[in-house]
Amino acid sequence: MDIIRLLQLIVSSSLIFAAPLILTALGGTFSERSGVVNIGLEGIMVMGAFMSAIFNIQFVGTFGNMTPWVGMLAGGLIGLLFSIIHAVATINLRADHIVSGTVINLAAPALAVFLTRALFGAAQTGPLPRSFGRSNIFLLHRIPVIGPIFFRNTSGPAFFGILMAILSWFILYKTRFGLRLRSVGEHPHAAETLGIKVYTMKYAGVLISGFLGGMGGAIQSQAIHNEFGILTVAGQGFIAIAAMIFGKWNPLGAMGAAIFFGFAQSLARVGNSIPIIQNIPSVWLQVLPYLLTILVLVGFIGRAEAPAAIGKTYIKSK
Amino acid sequence: MLTKNNDKLTNLMVPILSIILGFIFGAILMLAFGYNPLLAYQVMFDGVLRNPFFFGEALRQATVLTFTGLGFAIAFKAGFFNIGVAGQVLVGWISAVWFALAFPDLPRIVLVTLSLGVGMLVGAVWSAIAGYLRAYFGTNEVIVTIMLNYTALFVTNYLIRAVISDGGNTTDRVGPNASLSVGWLTSLTNGSRLNAGLFIALVVVALYYVFMTQTTAGFELRAVGLNSFASTYAGMSAPKNIILSMFISGALAGLGGAIHGLGTFGNIFTQSGLPYVGFNGIAVALLGLGNPIGIFFSAVLFGILDVGSGFLPNRAGVPDEMAEIVIAAIIFFVGANYLIRFLLDKMKTKKTVTEGGE
Repeated sequence: MDIIRLLQLIVSSSLIFAAPLILTALGGTFSERSGVVNIGLEGIMVMGAFMSAIFNIQFVGTFGNMTPWVGMLAGGLIGLLFSIIHAVATINLRADHIVSGTVINLAAPALAVFLTRALFGAAQTGPLPRSFGRSNIFLLHRIPVIGPIFFRNTSGPAFFGILMAILSWFILYKTRFGLRLRSVGEHPHAAETLGIKVYTMKYAGVLISGFLGGMGGAIQSQAIHNEFGILTVAGQGFIAIAAMIFGKWNPLGAMGAAIFFGFAQSLARVGNSIPIIQNIPSVWLQVLPYLLTILVLVGFIGRAEAPAAIGKTYIKSK
Repeated sequence: MLTKNNDKLTNLMVPILSIILGFIFGAILMLAFGYNPLLAYQVMFDGVLRNPFFFGEALRQATVLTFTGLGFAIAFKAGFFNIGVAGQVLVGWISAVWFALAFPDLPRIVLVTLSLGVGMLVGAVWSAIAGYLRAYFGTNEVIVTIMLNYTALFVTNYLIRAVISDGGNTTDRVGPNASLSVGWLTSLTNGSRLNAGLFIALVVVALYYVFMTQTTAGFELRAVGLNSFASTYAGMSAPKNIILSMFISGALAGLGGAIHGLGTFGNIFTQSGLPYVGFNGIAVALLGLGNPIGIFFSAVLFGILDVGSGFLPNRAGVPDEMAEIVIAAIIFFVGANYLIRFLLDKMKTKKTVTEGGE
């Protein structure tokens, strides 16, 4: 295999596995920047994956080739709806953020499989009619050398995720809304004194995270597994949260970390066609992303990077 | 979260009302999809409570849930969220079975004790990794335990396929010398897999209570959980208590896994996902409000729901995931107990007002 084809294989498969992680990690960034820990992203991804699979099957006749993209929006919407539970529980009902997130993670797979059985009579949807597949990125794939490696036959959703990361960075650091959102995560009392509606900003953070996480789940089912079942998401939401932490709660950092984890995950799938790596027993490649996550958390990030008021219930002053 | 309010009645009302609200939520969901909720709940409870075999199975499930619940609770008391219970169950399970298969000729009492001990120790060490990283590197234990869960899953499956069996998906069954089954329990419950693990669970519930309320070490764990700054100031070592709480937490989960291996199944097989008893253990601990006796009763309730859900598809036409949804809903209301406390307070104030008016 020549070097360009090899690089093309590594880059494109990394991006395919990174795409769901990028969007979900961005979601986590918005939520945690507003001070709400959202480990429920795993469950939100499950709901997004479920919804988009149903959508894909039902509406493929209407939307044709655009089906997975519209399905992604549908997944985002259901993620947003589902995240309302987390928002109400943590913001208004003062629930522990991790307990509420765990409830979402318990409820989502059960609910999604319950609904799948109610609709299809089986625990899986079966193959989806139209998946994301691989695509060339508009014009860029014609650039010599770089074009074939990075932009040809690659993952459309990953490039969408990269655009979203840039947009998220802009929103968080360059707009009034972003400043307010971050201030609520750092010092809600001070923010409230300045007239910022703390609860509204926290709701915004959690709902945006639900939307992005739902889209991440939708990509997981429509680009990687091509069906919905109980094993479709299996831990991706948690890895996305780890990517967000590794990326130091910054959208661009989270994106970079997500691509790195995508690379680690893709090794388990395409490793056997890459020289050197093909000699490593597959169990090592399977556990690699998880062990890397731990090593990264231990070694490369300091302690006090998280928003200061993260995970704390804010009780509005009367 | 776990019992900060000293009002005992309110504390008891929270789990009870949560259970009721959880069942009501499940009923609404079933109605929305055209199922009959009363029939569903009836077949679940009748199926389990009126049949010795299935009641035995529910208690058997409750046994393991008690361990995972206590395991989660002890770390939670010390201020840590051990989501890794599922992975610790798995490593405890495989190491106990592996040990029992490796030394089949030891006398029964020795083999059972050592196998359980090995499962317990491996679970403890697996969990203590997260405690150690938390104590000395400040690494978020939620993420680390989740990552260790998936590592445990893949490594266990690999060991089953490549090391313990010859490329198969299940190991051999452990010999009668390693089995936890008790003749009279089995015949009392018409051949269910209920085993001596139940008695171990009851003993551990008592030990847990004594440890937490009567010993210095237990007091330190609780103190660190309530206020780690104050307890450090009082001379307690935060790193020591973090690691200790995660160690005990993993030991309990590992013991639960070992009992699953030697009592329930007698072997281990490749898993497609992490064992549910781990995550439901979290639910059990939260519903039991961290109290060992409460945890035992929660485990029995969830054991009944778990086994009873098997009757749903055939006898009521409802997907068996319904039970899991009800469990999640119950925990939602436990977590959002502010809502329940708020409503109870409202009711109380109204009462006093009317009484005052008379």
